[in-house]
Amino acid sequence: MHLDKIQLINFKNYKSLQFDFNGKVNGIVGSNGCGKTNLLDAIHYLSFCKSYFSGQDIFSIKFDEELFAIHGVFSNPELNTIDKISCTYKKGARKVMKSNGKEYERLSDHIGRYPLIMVSPYDNDIINGGSELRRKFFDVIISQFDKEYLYQLISYQKLIMQRNAVLKQCNETRNYDMSLIQIFDNQLIPLGYSIFEKRKAFIAEILPIFKNYYSQLSGNQEEVDIVYESGLEKCSFEEGLKSTSQVDFRLGFTNFGVHKDDYLFYIGSDKPIKRFGSQGQQKSFSLALKLSQFDYIFSKTKRKPILLLDDIFDKLDPKRIAHLLDLVGEKFFGQVFISDTDKNRLHQILNEYHIEHTLYDINTQKMI
Amino acid sequence: MIQNFSKILDKAIEEIAKLPGIGRRTALRLALHLHQLENIEVEQLLSAISRLKSELHTCQECHNLSDTPVCTICTNPKRNHQLICVVQDIRDVIAIEATHQFNGVYHVLGGIISPINGIGPEQLTLEHLFEKINNNPVEEVILALPTTVEGDTTNFFIYQNISDKVKVVSTIARGIGVGEELEFTDEVTLGRSLIGRTNFETAYSKNN
Repeated sequence: MHLDKIQLINFKNYKSLQFDFNGKVNGIVGSNGCGKTNLLDAIHYLSFCKSYFSGQDIFSIKFDEELFAIHGVFSNPELNTIDKISCTYKKGARKVMKSNGKEYERLSDHIGRYPLIMVSPYDNDIINGGSELRRKFFDVIISQFDKEYLYQLISYQKLIMQRNAVLKQCNETRNYDMSLIQIFDNQLIPLGYSIFEKRKAFIAEILPIFKNYYSQLSGNQEEVDIVYESGLEKCSFEEGLKSTSQVDFRLGFTNFGVHKDDYLFYIGSDKPIKRFGSQGQQKSFSLALKLSQFDYIFSKTKRKPILLLDDIFDKLDPKRIAHLLDLVGEKFFGQVFISDTDKNRLHQILNEYHIEHTLYDINTQKMI
Repeated sequence: MIQNFSKILDKAIEEIAKLPGIGRRTALRLALHLHQLENIEVEQLLSAISRLKSELHTCQECHNLSDTPVCTICTNPKRNHQLICVVQDIRDVIAIEATHQFNGVYHVLGGIISPINGIGPEQLTLEHLFEKINNNPVEEVILALPTTVEGDTTNFFIYQNISDKVKVVSTIARGIGVGEELEFTDEVTLGRSLIGRTNFETAYSKNN
């Protein structure tokens, strides 16, 4: 599965742009602010129907313009097929995704057809941000291949919202009626256990892959670990809800449950990487996470996701860059896009590792 | 959309546009249409609307709509009063009646429990349902509520309050729609259909 061709109209900083890509390694070069990341984001749109960065499509329209359009041509050399995918959005109208000219009824029908993984400097948030970002990162991966999990997660969140509304009302009216709370608890408990078991199983499955990637990137420099932390490990859901019930009533929200779970990231086996990891180590950590996601998707779908490596050389030392390029050179990955500010550096480094590639200069909009 | 020449027309548009699903443009069209009707036609419409308010009651027994204090379903001796079907609102009664598969009586809740929207058990007709069942035990209560988190919450609430007084508390089946293909059914529904599969013999004999 490759992206052979892309055409942009009024997308972010581009008035118009057209490129033909190769199925292996594509280097995107250009100076600061010329739109390297925006080009990668356009590719992200073709896969996920949305931007990697901003939640609102309106921010993807070029300043002072009314609409944007992204056209892509994907080919599958094994099946010998070609598909034209387009994503258009006009201010005030809804976003339209088309496959070979035919509009999708639901965007979710498209998502997953062309798997893709974006590696971006913003991935750092997974490590340094709040626990909700880590839960979201893993939940998205699990629910991609387990619709029952997604449904359970949505139901669980709705129940928590309803339960919190009761808690707040009880607080206002001073009428502590447990019967309704009890009914929400009875529904939350089986869902919570199921979510807990699935998260635990997922981490167990992905952890060896992750550790392997990290040691390859770091050259066995340091140990890393991911520990799934949930209140359900310490006591039963029922006990947990009981123990926090007074606090729940006082604060007006539920303080125990899998919505409070976290994933602890360690370096040197027991030091939190948030505090003890250098920027380069954190970058290696988030990169290894994303590459594990690559493996997981590949194992589930037998298709290699397109890999977008945005500004990857920033913060990594030459050794780690070398290890990363060894991985890319091994050809385990499918189509790869790498962005860099220095075209000579990228060209040199890719040649050094005997990686066949094509370079695209964003400033001149030409293939080099 | 405000016409400068007629305050009467403006007022009519304003009132009509308050109805659900009607914008000001449609309201203007309807107002102009009403103006062109014969007097007798307008009177018929007005009387129908006003009787809707003055003469249409909610049934004292089941909270369905009725011309009489107790509705024709509740007063019908041929219907099985040992079988109560609990529904969210009157539209559900109409939908189930249209199936011709149900010969029991109803109980209309007037909503489902959703604290986020300020709807607790006390806003619904639940107390009345429990009182009815307490005074007059029945064979079976069928819970025919939406298959959402809120619907389930309401199901649990009712079950907790009546399970020791009713022989059978059942809930409508969840699964694949009749005439639907498996491949177009979403994963969650299909999964439920497998868990809640029915014995072929009983399903077959019931349907034929």
